[in-house]
Amino acid sequence: MWTYDKKLEYPINIKSTNPKLAKVIISQYGGPDGELAASLRYLSQRFGMPDQKSKAILNDIGTEELAHLEMVGSIVHQLTRNASIEELERAGLAPYYTDHGVDVYPVSAAGVPFNANCVACKGDPIANLQEDLAAEQKARATYEKLIDLCGDDGDVVDVLRYLREREIVHFQRFGEALRNVQDKLAEKKFYMNNNNNLFNNNCSN
Amino acid sequence: MNNQENSEMTKTEMLQKIREYDFAIIELAQYLDTHPEDQKALCLHKEYAKKLKDLKDKYQKIYGPLTICYPCNKWRWLEQPWPWERSDF
Repeated sequence: MWTYDKKLEYPINIKSTNPKLAKVIISQYGGPDGELAASLRYLSQRFGMPDQKSKAILNDIGTEELAHLEMVGSIVHQLTRNASIEELERAGLAPYYTDHGVDVYPVSAAGVPFNANCVACKGDPIANLQEDLAAEQKARATYEKLIDLCGDDGDVVDVLRYLREREIVHFQRFGEALRNVQDKLAEKKFYMNNNNNLFNNNCSN
Repeated sequence: MNNQENSEMTKTEMLQKIREYDFAIIELAQYLDTHPEDQKALCLHKEYAKKLKDLKDKYQKIYGPLTICYPCNKWRWLEQPWPWERSDF
């Protein structure tokens, strides 16, 4: 289960009001490669993993992604909380404001509400871990694009750089988990087939 | 870090130090998930876990709870600011 620690994983103090930036940064909240997608993907995949290392890493990275979800939400909140109606309108946020006010609603930069279609849980350790590797790269790439769009806002860039670095480390961990699964399969001279029970019985660690 | 230093830290500084220890633990925990045999990492983790616990105890005594599990005589849990609002005090 989860306990809430009353602090952010990394400090966020944004002094500027910038709804235009918030409109794109929100993609890492509710977009296809964002933190909600990441946490849901990993926390859902962990149920079907056969080995300890994969279960543990999916559990722990999934948990950290929830902390990142909170951070991205905090960035969006701090960038918009003092915005006037005119500033919101100029930033193209009138439609968002109509339906959500200044709440942080899970949506992409293009305004597409969060959809679990972007989360793949294939019930197969190799497919899942490959998906997770790709997901971390997509998240890293998205943070890089957001950093490009930040311009001079040092407060925001600093936090995005931190989040980007974490994606790179997660990628490393998933690579290790994948190699571990592949080694286990080679070890047991197991031939992949549709029989899930056969796989589960042969792979205990 | 000794106790003398701890008592001279501001609230912001203390919480930042807690974040740093917590981060080190998260990073080490994920590393240990895929390298459970790494004794060096395990030792480091133990070291940071102790430092975090001690500092959290000190922080919460003065500034109030960081989790809902902390025993209080007054429900300071709902005090402002909440983390998404600001990280300096």
